[in-house]
Amino acid sequence: MMTETINLGKALNHGLRRALENDPKVVIMGEDVGKLGGVFRITDGLQKDFGEDRVIDTPLAEAGIIGTAVGLAIRGYRPVCEIQFDGFVFPAYNQIVSQVAKMHYRSKGNVRLPIVIRIPFGGGIGAVEHHSESPEAYFAHTPGLKVVTCANPADAYSMIQQAITSDDPIVFFEPKRRYWEKGAVDLDAPLSGAFPLHAARVARPGSAATLLAYGPMVKVALDAAAAAAEDGRELEVIDLRSLSPVDYPTIFESVKRTGRAVVVHEAPGNLGLGAELAARITEECFYSLEAPVLRVTGYDIPYPAARAEEEYLPDLDRVLDAVDRAFGW
Amino acid sequence: MAKGERDKAGNDVPAGGFVQLLTPDGERIDSATTADGSIYTVDFSDEEYRELYRDLVTVRRLDAEAVALQRQGELGIWASLLGQEAAQVGSGRALRPQDMAFPTYREHGVLYCRGIDPIMPFGLFRGVDQGGWDPNEFRFNTYTIVIGSQTLHATGYAMGVTMDGKTGGTDGEAVIAYFGDGATSQGEVNESFVWSGVFNAPIVFFCQNNQYAISEPLERQTRVPLYQRAGGYGFPGIRVDGNDVLATYAVTRAALDNARTGQGPTLIEAYTYRMGAHTSSDDPTRYRISSEVESWKAKDPIKRLKAFLTKQQLAGDDFFGEVDETAGALALDLRERVLAMPDPQPVAMFDHVYPNGSPEVAAQRNAFARYQASFEGSGH
Repeated sequence: MMTETINLGKALNHGLRRALENDPKVVIMGEDVGKLGGVFRITDGLQKDFGEDRVIDTPLAEAGIIGTAVGLAIRGYRPVCEIQFDGFVFPAYNQIVSQVAKMHYRSKGNVRLPIVIRIPFGGGIGAVEHHSESPEAYFAHTPGLKVVTCANPADAYSMIQQAITSDDPIVFFEPKRRYWEKGAVDLDAPLSGAFPLHAARVARPGSAATLLAYGPMVKVALDAAAAAAEDGRELEVIDLRSLSPVDYPTIFESVKRTGRAVVVHEAPGNLGLGAELAARITEECFYSLEAPVLRVTGYDIPYPAARAEEEYLPDLDRVLDAVDRAFGW
Repeated sequence: MAKGERDKAGNDVPAGGFVQLLTPDGERIDSATTADGSIYTVDFSDEEYRELYRDLVTVRRLDAEAVALQRQGELGIWASLLGQEAAQVGSGRALRPQDMAFPTYREHGVLYCRGIDPIMPFGLFRGVDQGGWDPNEFRFNTYTIVIGSQTLHATGYAMGVTMDGKTGGTDGEAVIAYFGDGATSQGEVNESFVWSGVFNAPIVFFCQNNQYAISEPLERQTRVPLYQRAGGYGFPGIRVDGNDVLATYAVTRAALDNARTGQGPTLIEAYTYRMGAHTSSDDPTRYRISSEVESWKAKDPIKRLKAFLTKQQLAGDDFFGEVDETAGALALDLRERVLAMPDPQPVAMFDHVYPNGSPEVAAQRNAFARYQASFEGSGH
C-alpha cells in the first residue's frame, strides 16, 4: 500500500492523473489548465505528460468550455472541465442547467453526458469579488445534475476519480481554502473498493447532537466538536460529501439517535442546503427531535469584502453557539 | 445596412449578392464564382433533380399537416419551416452518412433527409415526450430550444472528430450546426466561432437567415451581413440563395468537404425567408407587411425547381401529380399516427433523469406510483 501524506490539491492532481491514465477518453479542459497547471495548480504537470489533446487550454469563455464538453461527450469523450472560480460559473450556467442536466432526459436516455465540472468554491482566502462564493444550491436544485464536494485529501483523491468514471453529469465543488491541508491518501487504493459517491461520511462519532457540514465547513465542524468534547458534549459530525442526492438515511439514523441537528454551510442561509436539510429532518425525525434543526450559514448578502469575511464565515464560536441553543430548548 | 440590389431579371438580392444556381424563374445558372475564386456548381442526374423536388414537396406537405394539426388543437405548438425548404433539403442532402448534424427546433426538413421517421418531432410538439430519436443512430442530435446552445455542442463534437483522427480525407467526418439569424446575437454562437477557429474544427455553421427572430428584423441583430463575420474568426463565410436548393446543396457540400479534409470551419448564410409565423403562437401581421411576404413568394423554392424541371422537360404533370399524391398520403399517414400517439404513462416522467439513477428520484417515483395506485377503482 502506497500511503502518502499530501495536501488536498495534490490529491486531486493525483486523482486526475490516474483518471487520464486509466481511460484514453478522459480529457481535461479549461482556462490555464495546461502550461500553468491551473491557477491553483490542480492540473500541474498533466499537459506535459498527456499532451495538448488530453489537457486542453481553452479560450476564455465559460459557456464555451461546458458547451464544447457536451459535444465531446456526445462524441464519446469524458470531459473534466475546470471553472476557474465559483463566481465565474454563471456565464456557463445556461449550458449546465439547460443542456448538461437535461440531454439524457430529453433524449430518452440515448445521449449520456459523463461530464465533470470542477469548481473551486467558498471563501477564506482573502480574495476579491467573485472568487469566494458558494453557488452549490443553484446546481443541487437542478434535476439531472449530481453535486458533490470533498473535505479531505483521501476523499478528494477517490471522489474525483469516481466522478470521472460515473456516467452522470457531476458538478464537483472543491473547497479551495482546504487545498493546502494535508492528510493520508492511499494512492494504490482500487476505485472499486471506494464508498458510493453519494454516501455521507461520519467524520466524528458522537451522541449528543449531530453537526451536518460539507466541503470547507467540515473542518470547522470537527474543530467545534473537539471543543465541545472538552465540555463533555460528544457531537457527531457528518460530512455530507454529496449535496445532490443527499444521503438522508445516514443523516436520519444519526439525528434520531442524538435528537439534535445543526447544519453548517458558507452559502447564504435563505433557500440554501440547510433549509432543505432542516425540512427533511423535521419530516422524518420529528418525534426524535429535542430542538428545532438550527442553521449556521453565511448571511443573505453578497460575499463581503475580504477584510470582513472572517465575520461572514461560520466559525467555531458560531457553531458552538448554535449547539448551545439546541441544548437550551 | 446597405440596401439590397436587383439581379438582371429584376429580382431583389441582398447587397453583395449570393451564390445562386437556379433563378426564381427556374433558369439554371451553370456555376457561380465568389470573390475568393471558389466555383460552385452541381452535376445532378435527371433522377436526382426529380428527387430533390420530391423532397421539397414532401417536407412542405408534412409541415402543412403539422400546422393544420396545431390549429385543430392536436399539437401544443409548431415551428413551421414554410419557405425554408430549399435551405434545409439542400444542406441536408449534402450531408454524407458519416456526418453529424446539430439542429435547432425548426429543422424538420433536415431531419427528414437524415432518414428519421418524420413523426419524431411531433411527440415533442404534441407534448407526449421530449423528442426522442437516437442521435447516435441517425447522426442528428436532439432539437435544441434555447437559441444558439447547440452550436457549441457541434463545435465540441467536431473537436472530437479531429481528436479521433477522422479528418484529412474525403472519407472523413464533418459536422454541421444549424441556427437562425437571431442566434448570431448570442454569446454562445460567437464562442463557438472562436473555438472552431482556434481548434480548426471540421464544422460548417449553417445560418438560415430567415430575416426575423420572432418579430425582430435582421436590423436588430446586425449591422453587417452575417456571412462576413466569419472573417473575424479566421475562416471563410459565404452567402447563398437559401431558396435555391441547388445552390444550398453546392455550397454546403463544398464546405463539408473542406471540413472533412482538414481545412476547418465555414460559415454559410442561407439567405431566405420564413413565410409563416415564428411558431404557431405568433402573429407575423403585427410586424411585417404583406408586400414583403408577396415579394418572397415570387422566390419560392418549389416553384422555381418545378419551372426548371418543366422547361428542361425532366418532368411533367404525371410526375408532379404523383409527387403531390405521395406526399399527401404520407401526410395523411402522419396525421393518423399523431392522433394515435398515446399520452405518456405518468410514472415514466421519472425515467432517464440520471444514467445511474438516484435514490431520491427512485423514492419519489415509488411514492408517486403508490399514490396513483391508491385511486384505482375509485372512479378517478
